[in-house]
Amino acid sequence: MNEQQTLWQFMSMESDKLLSQTVQHIGLTFISLLFAIAIGLPLGILIARRRKLSGIILGVAGVLQTVPSIALLGFMIPILGIGAKPAIVALLIYALLPIIRNTYTGIIGIDKHIIEAAKAMGMSKSQILFKVEIPLAMPVLLAGIRTATVINVGVATLASYIAAGGLGEFIFGGISLNNTNMILAGAIPAALLAILLDGLLALTQKLDFKKLKKVLIFSSVFLIFLTAFYVLPSAYGSGLKAGFTPEFMGRQDGDLGLKSAYGLKIKTVVISDAVMYKAAFSKELDVISGYSTDGRLKAFGLKILKDDKGIFPPYYAAPIVNQASLSKFPELEDVLNLLAGRITDSVMTDLNYRTDYLHQTPEKVARDFLVKVGLYKSPKGGAGETIKIGSKIFGEQYILAEIYSMLIKGNTNYQVETKTGLGGTKICFDALVNNQIDFYPEYTGTGLLAILKPDNKIVSQISHNKDETYRYVSDEFSKKYKIKWLKPIGFNNSYALMMRQKQSSEIDVNTITDLKNYLDKN
Amino acid sequence: MIELKNVSKKYGETIAVNQVSFEVKEKENLVLLGTSGCGKTTTLKMINRLINPDEGEIILNGQNIINQNTEILRKGIGYVMQNIGLFPHYTVEENIAIVPKLLKWDKKKIQDRVYELTEKLHLPTNSLKLFPNELSGGQQQRVGLARALVSDPAVLLMDEPFGALDNVTRTSIRKEFKDLEELKRKTMVMVTHDVEEAFELADRICLMDKGNIMQIGTPKELLFNPANDFAKTFLDGQRLALEFKIVTIEDIWEMLPNAMHTTKSLSANVSVWDAMEKLRSTQATELQFSNKTQQYKSASFDELIKAFNQYKNFTKHE
Repeated sequence: MNEQQTLWQFMSMESDKLLSQTVQHIGLTFISLLFAIAIGLPLGILIARRRKLSGIILGVAGVLQTVPSIALLGFMIPILGIGAKPAIVALLIYALLPIIRNTYTGIIGIDKHIIEAAKAMGMSKSQILFKVEIPLAMPVLLAGIRTATVINVGVATLASYIAAGGLGEFIFGGISLNNTNMILAGAIPAALLAILLDGLLALTQKLDFKKLKKVLIFSSVFLIFLTAFYVLPSAYGSGLKAGFTPEFMGRQDGDLGLKSAYGLKIKTVVISDAVMYKAAFSKELDVISGYSTDGRLKAFGLKILKDDKGIFPPYYAAPIVNQASLSKFPELEDVLNLLAGRITDSVMTDLNYRTDYLHQTPEKVARDFLVKVGLYKSPKGGAGETIKIGSKIFGEQYILAEIYSMLIKGNTNYQVETKTGLGGTKICFDALVNNQIDFYPEYTGTGLLAILKPDNKIVSQISHNKDETYRYVSDEFSKKYKIKWLKPIGFNNSYALMMRQKQSSEIDVNTITDLKNYLDKN
Repeated sequence: MIELKNVSKKYGETIAVNQVSFEVKEKENLVLLGTSGCGKTTTLKMINRLINPDEGEIILNGQNIINQNTEILRKGIGYVMQNIGLFPHYTVEENIAIVPKLLKWDKKKIQDRVYELTEKLHLPTNSLKLFPNELSGGQQQRVGLARALVSDPAVLLMDEPFGALDNVTRTSIRKEFKDLEELKRKTMVMVTHDVEEAFELADRICLMDKGNIMQIGTPKELLFNPANDFAKTFLDGQRLALEFKIVTIEDIWEMLPNAMHTTKSLSANVSVWDAMEKLRSTQATELQFSNKTQQYKSASFDELIKAFNQYKNFTKHE
């Protein structure tokens, strides 16, 4: 704890990244805003002319606005791939509604007598539009652009999910790594950016039209300049491209280890786990940081590169339980231990494959598995107290949560509430410590490196041996947090670098050292 | 100059204007008079094609307006409206200069014309740099008028031009308006619901009801020879006052006693009403008048009333 960094230290240490992320963030915000204005303004004018269309167009823009941002980004990937393009389109869609609606309201709100006077003086339709309607609608229109800008600054944090960069890289990396400084290093600049842009736009709203005209011309030049910042660096050349999760980027047993132990230098983008495999499959990425039991490994024909220097510590899964919950629910420990040693790597990969690729529900997969191994019992329908199960936000954890839920319902009188999808490690672990949940499945490596964070000395001593790692985290958790590690489930879901099988054999890369050598040569 | 031939306009099932025909001669001021919803504004707006008629023809300067470019047509017709419709984001000067700018006049010419009109319309020069919302209602209406007159169009259309003003301002602006040289050369069509205003400003009045013309004629004809019951009852409330205001000393000249030549005499063009006002305000017992042929007459209050009554009986039996 004496090595605790301050936020300021973190920010100055990572100032390069912080700067480039901020620039990307501003670039993303403005390039999408520019497009949103280019589309929204004419649409707003159109529906002000043909009021009958206003219902449909505002309706569609409104519906698009309600699509959750993550889902929207997900929809974009099959069409536009990963990176800047889908992020810009998604942001543009969010910015559209306020711009269309305010253009429309601004124009229809103009005193109709002014328009009649303009007509009667012989102004043409375009003269009326540019000399009367747009100037008079400008304050309302600017308010719409202001709203859109602030929305975009916020939503742009999610762009890091699909390798489009931005301050989200720190925010989501920090959440996964349980690193508050990292979260704040992303969140504070993002918030400041929103406040700053909002303030600047508020100022322009107060200007009269003549000054505004100058400001608008100036700011559109400025905008194009800013967007160029974002567009230019993204025009990089060929070569292998890696996509790592924000969590992987910040870990000693991740990108940092690859650099220090292997000296691996590869062009890297930050991307969410949810879209990474697909991106590798569709050749948007060549190397990704996956999990060794992930079902998509099987589904997308990916191959694990052997970790020949052993930088990825073991990640044996086991339920971790709050000790208060163990005394509150005496039967819990025995029930959870029913699963101990029952799921091997290949079984887990198969279970994951069923949910990720065959799209079976976690519930069905869990039930089929339990029936197969003879552990399934129909629910007792008991009315005892409720156990809250947590899980992180990926498929394997959903399945484990379902399996535990069925075991508890079948063997005890407790009721069960599952809180699945609790984001990353930090969210799950905080929920457990604060008794929001009673237990969740955790991995020994995560416990060691993301939560306990001991000295590098201790890490290198124990992290090559799975039993030592288990013993260490088990002891430390019990001492520090009053949390008990139950028996391991059996499989080791460790980090792994993977490539497409075909590419791997084409360039003859089977280990991480091979990859390094290949990259150095090319 | 302006001719409407069987012009009709329908909104759904409602007939707003029904087979309206009239002609406005050059430099004539025709007032469309009627209650709200009688179709007078619709009729007016069809002349500059703010509204397009369903049937009939409108001929302006011998040309059917349907065959003209709308924007060019409108640039040649001044338009003044009740709500004024000044551009709030333009200064007074810019508002007045809109049409000349559209017509691409050069800067100097525009500026000279704007200053000329400001003076003629008694607008303070420092108001040119102000925005419309910084002016009083009366001043705004003057700016509206200046805007319509700036390119010196031959035709002026006015939709309740004084409607937005309070009574006192309205009366004084109307007086100025009547005396404005610039307006005397215009062919005008004006819409009003105010009977007094119509009688004061019109060369001829076109009385409308429910989209139909009820009577068209000079103020005198409407007063003394109503074409139907509608025309008669429409004026009944204000008949006496209107008669006094419409009949001039010239009209009753024959019925007044002769007088010797005097230096202090009024023109015979004044109305009987104005003459009586003068008697009342100066507390004089008699007034002297002179007509164009240098004849002189004098009259007391009673003599005025007597002559007026004789004139009325005479016109009615005509």
